[in-house]
Amino acid sequence: MRTKLNNRAEFQAVQAKYEAIHNSANRKILVCCGNGCVSSGSLKLYEEMKTAVKASGLKCVVELMEEPEKDAVNVKKTGCIGFCEMGPLVKIEPEGWLYTKVQISDIPEIIESTIMKGEFVSRLAYRNSGILAKKQSEIPFYNKQTRRMLNYCGNIDCESIEDYIGIGGYSAAVKAIFDMTPEQVVEEVIESGIRGRGGAGYPTGKKWSQVAANKNADVKYIVCNGDEGDPGAFMDGSTMEGTPHKVLEGMIIAGIACEAEEAYIYVRAEYPLSVSRLSMAIEQATEMGLLGDNILGSGKNFHIHINQGAGAFVCGEGSAMTNSIEGNRGMPRAKLYHQVDVGLYGKPTCLNNVETFANIPDIINHGAAWFKSVGTEGSTGTKAFALTGNVNNTGIIEVPMGITLREVVVGIGGGIKNYQDFKAVQIGGPSGGCLTYEHLDLPLDFDSLKSVGAIIGSGGLVVMDENTCMVDTARFFMNFICKESCGKCTPCREGTTRMKQILEDICNGEGTMEDLDELEEIARMMEKSSLCGLGKTAANPVLSTLANFRNEYEEHISEKLCRAGVCQKLSQKVYAINAATCIGCTKCARNCPVEAITGQIKTPHVIDASKCIKCGTCMEGCPAGAIYIENGRKGNVKY
Amino acid sequence: MVKVDFKLIDKILERYDYDKGNIIAIMQAIQEEYRYLPQAALEYVAEKIGVSMAKIFGVATFYENFSMDAKGKYVIKVCRGTACHVRKSANVLEAVYEATGLSEGKPSTEDGLFTVEIVSCLGACGLAPVVVVNDEVHSKMTPEKAQALISELKAKEGMR
Amino acid sequence: MAREKNQSNDLKVMTIDNVECAINGERNVLEVARHNGIDIPSLCYCENLSIYGGCRICIVEDDKGKIDSACSLKPRAGAKINTNTPRIQRYRKMILQLMLGSHRTDCATCEMSESCKLQAYCRRYHVDMERFGKNYSDMPIDDSSACIVRDPSKCILCGLCVRMCDEIQNIHAIDFCHRGKRTYIAPGYNDNIASSKCVGCGQCAAVCPTGALTVKNETEKMWHMIQDLNRKVVVQFAPSVRVGLAEQFGMPANEPVTGKLVTALKRLGVDVVYDTNLTADLTIMEESAEFMEKLNSGAKLPMFTSCCPGWIQHVEKVHPHLMPQVSTCGSPMEMMGALIRNQFKNEDVYSVAIMPCTAKKFEASRPELEKDGKRLVDLVLTTQELGRMIKEAGIDFAKLPDSKPDSPLGDYTGAGVIFGVTGGVTEAVIRRVLGDASPDTLQTIAECGVRGLDGIKAFDVSAGDLKLRIGVANGLGNADKLIKLVESGQEHFDFIEVMACPNGCIGGGGQPPAMQERKEERFAAIFKEDEACELRIPQQNPALDYVYANLLNNDPHHYLHIIYPDHGDVHHE
Repeated sequence: MRTKLNNRAEFQAVQAKYEAIHNSANRKILVCCGNGCVSSGSLKLYEEMKTAVKASGLKCVVELMEEPEKDAVNVKKTGCIGFCEMGPLVKIEPEGWLYTKVQISDIPEIIESTIMKGEFVSRLAYRNSGILAKKQSEIPFYNKQTRRMLNYCGNIDCESIEDYIGIGGYSAAVKAIFDMTPEQVVEEVIESGIRGRGGAGYPTGKKWSQVAANKNADVKYIVCNGDEGDPGAFMDGSTMEGTPHKVLEGMIIAGIACEAEEAYIYVRAEYPLSVSRLSMAIEQATEMGLLGDNILGSGKNFHIHINQGAGAFVCGEGSAMTNSIEGNRGMPRAKLYHQVDVGLYGKPTCLNNVETFANIPDIINHGAAWFKSVGTEGSTGTKAFALTGNVNNTGIIEVPMGITLREVVVGIGGGIKNYQDFKAVQIGGPSGGCLTYEHLDLPLDFDSLKSVGAIIGSGGLVVMDENTCMVDTARFFMNFICKESCGKCTPCREGTTRMKQILEDICNGEGTMEDLDELEEIARMMEKSSLCGLGKTAANPVLSTLANFRNEYEEHISEKLCRAGVCQKLSQKVYAINAATCIGCTKCARNCPVEAITGQIKTPHVIDASKCIKCGTCMEGCPAGAIYIENGRKGNVKY
Repeated sequence: MVKVDFKLIDKILERYDYDKGNIIAIMQAIQEEYRYLPQAALEYVAEKIGVSMAKIFGVATFYENFSMDAKGKYVIKVCRGTACHVRKSANVLEAVYEATGLSEGKPSTEDGLFTVEIVSCLGACGLAPVVVVNDEVHSKMTPEKAQALISELKAKEGMR
Repeated sequence: MAREKNQSNDLKVMTIDNVECAINGERNVLEVARHNGIDIPSLCYCENLSIYGGCRICIVEDDKGKIDSACSLKPRAGAKINTNTPRIQRYRKMILQLMLGSHRTDCATCEMSESCKLQAYCRRYHVDMERFGKNYSDMPIDDSSACIVRDPSKCILCGLCVRMCDEIQNIHAIDFCHRGKRTYIAPGYNDNIASSKCVGCGQCAAVCPTGALTVKNETEKMWHMIQDLNRKVVVQFAPSVRVGLAEQFGMPANEPVTGKLVTALKRLGVDVVYDTNLTADLTIMEESAEFMEKLNSGAKLPMFTSCCPGWIQHVEKVHPHLMPQVSTCGSPMEMMGALIRNQFKNEDVYSVAIMPCTAKKFEASRPELEKDGKRLVDLVLTTQELGRMIKEAGIDFAKLPDSKPDSPLGDYTGAGVIFGVTGGVTEAVIRRVLGDASPDTLQTIAECGVRGLDGIKAFDVSAGDLKLRIGVANGLGNADKLIKLVESGQEHFDFIEVMACPNGCIGGGGQPPAMQERKEERFAAIFKEDEACELRIPQQNPALDYVYANLLNNDPHHYLHIIYPDHGDVHHE
């Protein structure tokens, strides 16, 4: 049980104490326990690491609650360090070394070499084209990012409020409570220019001022949208897991600004780790008097409740979430009123996304000018993205708004996997659109993306290579949205069903050219007449692939060809080796990413068609020109 | 069919103050206990918190995570999110179906051992394609790995 | 709301289709348009229910090109709205086409043909059937209920029935299940309607725009019996039928058509026609006596009325503990049924009741409504079904001459007539208790707070040194509110009248579907008939003496009272 802090002075004393500890040069072993690394077994790794450190006779400190002894080793579980592709990750402080793909069997060596002797285990280091990177900051994946919102992720114990306070946490909330009026808080947020990170990009300060304007409401609510349902996006999950206190702090500040005392966090069902870390954080903050009644003796109250979703994408929509929190079917409401006036339980409600709240403490602490110092004029600050798909480095990244797509895909993502050609990036999930080669130099911000028919959405960036069929991609998203449509309004319920059917027909080689017009017409109708944002944007992937890859649709229809070889019922590329000309050099077999090619040295090789993913690497590298495509056409048409 | 322990349901209801607004949380707690929502349990809940059966059924069936049918001992979730899709999770799903003898229309085996579910995104896109068995995550799956995984589970249960 | 505080009561005007439309506190643009003579189509909107915004055919476009649904658009002074721009026309048509694709179109034979709103809009907007192939639900038809039939293949998911059942009736027997394209409306766990909490009020069918929820059609049985010459078909008809029937023939609602109704029944081949108004008078006699006895004996009050079968079922399913406080009087239909059996003791009589009510179909089939081994009422037809039969027979209703119901069970007073509206039973009881037929007294009663279409009315009545607190509710949701007041001890009532349907029987589930305005006309028509009656207090009914003397075998309690299982050991002397 933690001691309750009764006033500001007590808080400051505690902060000073933990700050000193944090800044001490103690040896720390930080095990990444974000969702990605946990999936790769990092929780077990963390436990084993603790045991091993203790067994080796070293003094080991896990929690900050006690005064650590001078030369004790800190073993901490941190939030997502971001480089999920290379997990489980282990960071060594104070050197700042980063070990990748650490297995339990690596623990003895880490303890013996690194902890005991201070030596670097180069075997576990990240290598970029053979160049070894010792520190996180030497890795291109990191050094091109600007980590602000996620600045604590990976540096502190995500399950410890002491760590958070020690690094400056809750000072923004304390400042807002004691030094600022609600109006000043709203003003600062407006001035920062921050726009909602959840999708539509509505100015956060404006929303807060609208909620605050309902002066006579007896109850107001703050709701944090953690229902990150976009396939391919997991930033909010990482944020909730990795820096839960920052989210809470942002919500407290929103409570001050809007004069609300009750708050809900709606967490997606698939994020149990987020739920447990947030619950833990709420418990800790309540124990210390930073949440609950009479926060730090200020007379202000703030209560946060967690609602766990139950598997419905549409609940990410504000009024559907409200319905869900109230225990109803998560169907969006008719938009007669705005949530800021009539929201949860009919009361004024301020609903923001996780990432938006997590940005707030820094705005209050460092000021609007600092926040605006990165980003573009219309889209200030940084944005977290989940970089996934056919790119070398996948993971969570945080970059300034306005960074180009090229910098993300090539600079941070390290280019396309398996030396394939870049084809497109799907941004904004099922409500978003695709960006192509010609958009590589487009700045990623709210307005530029909108101008090309895409949206920033919640920030999923799925990179697609040339082996991705864009018709199939559109079908995939339509299938998703069709399954997730709540069924309330006719355009979305029936429109998505019809579009999905048409796209399936096209993928099966049964489409007609008229179908393309029909797709567009249904899409336009849905966009304009659906009830909620989900329906209005449901057709975006179709519209955007139609605009950018119409030729692929046409090939599917008129030539019955899927150039990417994805649509099974259409003619595909089948790679084969001409036994007569093959010199048996084994190069193709070595290059093949899926080991589909076999053969003895100096004898003709064969391709196992069932394993082949049609990436074309073998053909490109063959010195004898023995590899050819049979039963189809060559697919490499330049865009 | 399981036998519903109404004392246990009472405890759950107590934890949530018999409040209609907590109906989703109440059902989550029941599902955690029985791995699905037994009809008898929901009827009991409806009576106790004063909502109609139509309403409670409507809420339960709206959300993907609630199951109205009993689930297998091993719930195998195959992620079909974007990242997993791009990394060919369709083939993994097919392999899982083949190994378990299940399909989209038939999600659970008769012996109560396996349930196969398709999920949209598990948030582990960096490790795509992902398969989750109960709460254990298996990353970077291939059809071969999926088949091996199921054989292993079968072996554990003493099946050939 | 803060942002609305600038609104004053000045005249506010918005422009719809270039017409200046005054805004008079309407809740949405759709209402403003309708009040100004512009009919924006809508399938999921009902003035008495919450706004849903699901069907989307009420989309309109503002002068900036923004499209939104008129039902969920707040009227704003100065706004410019167009309801038929080229885009709106295109999108609206496509939405209708999509709906039609997921709707089983057996329009030629459908129960709702000609009154189907989807059909009407498809014709209005020249929607062709074939744009999208059929993908309607293949769930089976649910005809388990005695009152209504549910056909999921015709459901367009407008949700009016769900909201009616929940918001107005507080029963919530049906709700949406699953989601997306798989959505359907049903009682939980795919139970059928009969095993749900449904009370058969039929209000869901009354608001259903298509043939997905319809009143159970039993006209075939009626034809069969009429054509059987060996059988005597005796028909009774309820107070409200005379103010609903005419609308099906395009006639105004504000005139009762009792005379034409009797003629029409005779032309159809009915042998004897009696008026349920008579047994409404009889009900008052019995119910007043029961009430006075309860009052004098110190029995638990309030006493609840018993003539509405939807209410009776609601008590049984939700408030069984209240049943002992419900009057044991049979409904006027039951009483007339008993009188008919005794009037034609040794004849093969087929007893038919024409009712504004779907729940009466269930009531007639209850074992409690069997006396001396026979059902008191063999068949209940609704006003709608009768209208259909009249059309089927090719009778030009408007041109029919008037006839009188047959003797001796055709006489009635104004007290019986007003059973058709909410508060009518109560007003009749007050007339009976005060026993004064002078115009002044009748006027005083009319103004005591009992009249009007409010959902809940509560008022005091004094008669001599007797002071009574009376409650009147229409709509089961309102009834539940009154019960809550009573059970929480917040208010005491001596007498509570409940009618399950909004506005009382004139708005019954068996009446032709109508907007509120039309129901107000029916309300007025009922009192027109009351005022036209020479006799207006029930004890003046000359037929009652005959009834008590000849038709009850000296055991009025046996024939005129119904003890339902939950009544327990109620004894009535």
